[in-house]
Amino acid sequence: MTTPGSSALAQTAQLPAKAAGHILPRLKRFFTPLLVPLLLLAGWDLAVRISGTQLIPSPYYVALMLYDFAFGGIYDDAFSQTLPLHLWKSFTRVYGGFLAAAIVGIPLGLLIGRNKLIRDLVDPTLQLLRPVPVTAWLPLSMIFFGLGPNAAIFLVFLGAFYPIVFNTTFGVRAVDARLFEAASMLGCRGSSMFRQVVLPAAMPSILNGLRLGHGFAWILIVVGEMTGVPEGLGAVIMDGRMLSRTDLVIAGMIVIGLAGFATDRLLVMLNNHLLKWSPQHHV
Amino acid sequence: MSDTGSRRQALPVLSIKGISKRFTVGNQTVQALGEVNLSIRKGEFVCLIGASGCGKSTLLRIMAGFETVSTGTIDMYGMPISGPGPERGMVFQDYGLFPWLTVKQNIGFGPRQRGLPKAKLEEISSYYTDMVGLGKFADYFPGQLSGGMKQRVAIARVLANDCEVLLMDEPFGALDALTREKLQQDLLGIWERTKVTVIFVTHAVEEAVLLSDRIVVMTAGPGRIEEDIKLELARPRDISSVEFNQVRRDITQYLSSHVSAKVAA
Repeated sequence: MTTPGSSALAQTAQLPAKAAGHILPRLKRFFTPLLVPLLLLAGWDLAVRISGTQLIPSPYYVALMLYDFAFGGIYDDAFSQTLPLHLWKSFTRVYGGFLAAAIVGIPLGLLIGRNKLIRDLVDPTLQLLRPVPVTAWLPLSMIFFGLGPNAAIFLVFLGAFYPIVFNTTFGVRAVDARLFEAASMLGCRGSSMFRQVVLPAAMPSILNGLRLGHGFAWILIVVGEMTGVPEGLGAVIMDGRMLSRTDLVIAGMIVIGLAGFATDRLLVMLNNHLLKWSPQHHV
Repeated sequence: MSDTGSRRQALPVLSIKGISKRFTVGNQTVQALGEVNLSIRKGEFVCLIGASGCGKSTLLRIMAGFETVSTGTIDMYGMPISGPGPERGMVFQDYGLFPWLTVKQNIGFGPRQRGLPKAKLEEISSYYTDMVGLGKFADYFPGQLSGGMKQRVAIARVLANDCEVLLMDEPFGALDALTREKLQQDLLGIWERTKVTVIFVTHAVEEAVLLSDRIVVMTAGPGRIEEDIKLELARPRDISSVEFNQVRRDITQYLSSHVSAKVAA
């Protein structure tokens, strides 16, 4: 059956906007986000020149250090060409901690959100532990896990865990009661209610928690690698501090920033793919 | 088999005997429904009409199985209603669609719960998507649709699930006048073809007179049935005709006299 009014209704549907085909808007889209970083670089350079400080290197020397860190051939010291190694080590700790946080945090959040008994049992303790800064756990984590990567992974885990578990809980608790009614009158029962309604409805919050937790994981890698591991970007920054190699410290900061940014983009892509039904949740 | 079938024919679809409903809010008890008796036959189009707070939505939600009764019984074909079920499909004013499913997947949600084979599921979803004129929008998400289109999906979704009673809670209340008229006509078309029993909650007299065989007028404090009016108007109905307006005036008078009586008291 075709109803005469359906074509009129059709016109009221929002069709996706066509991508702009002009060159100028595309250039603008590309350069606008770069403007502030470039200005910051210029300001930094200017400030170093004017003040004549010896404590902070200019962007040029940091760039030199970064190049040497990655490819060697300039200073040829203990840090030359070691970037891939340190980056890889940090990666394993960031994702070890992050994945552990997701594996524990998402199911726990789902349980806390759905089950009142578990919520009453677990939630107060989590709320009590949450305000404790991750850095405060450093000594205990070194006692628990010894000097080495496991202590670092534990600290990253702690940082990523809270946003994941709390956002998941929130997502489950915030499911519109109407959707449960709709599903139940359509014959949806028991565990399939969880799979077909709770999980998809909570997905925006779960992904939001993952993204926040992922950000914390990268933030905490420096603290995590204060636990006496020899390799890793955090360890390099600590070494640079000890050796008064500020160029090395800043180079490490830049690498962490870029790595965190690039991996966050991947999560954003995953988010936008899984939530293609909800443009308002797109990042 | 045929014996139970004919017995089913003889029984009313819904039989409500002496039900009442109390809500407890904090430590206050509110009597939402007083004593309500109502019997609905197969294929009827019944409108529940009344001012807000008269309990018409509560009564509908009891029929859907979303609310339990405080006293009395409610049966479907003689079997007590104990909860929501696919034989009683609800269409909400705020649609209640699953935003992560496409139009077609929303419509196929009910049949999927029954574990139908994929081909059958596809056939049913496509059929009902086309039935409500959304073939071109089958792969759209609810967020991309207008209010009228969303409500078409909501109607198709319960029809696709072979519901015998269509429960509609002010389904067109949030739509603009033109879309509402169009959907009213489409609903009548669907009702005439499928002979589904419709129980339709509204507070618009014109809508009730246009659509129904029978208008049940409810009043508040506590909610009860004040009048049960059978409409003899021929279909299709012309809202500009003298007969239509006579009926509309009568119903409006019923409603306003009860409201003013309450205000005076």
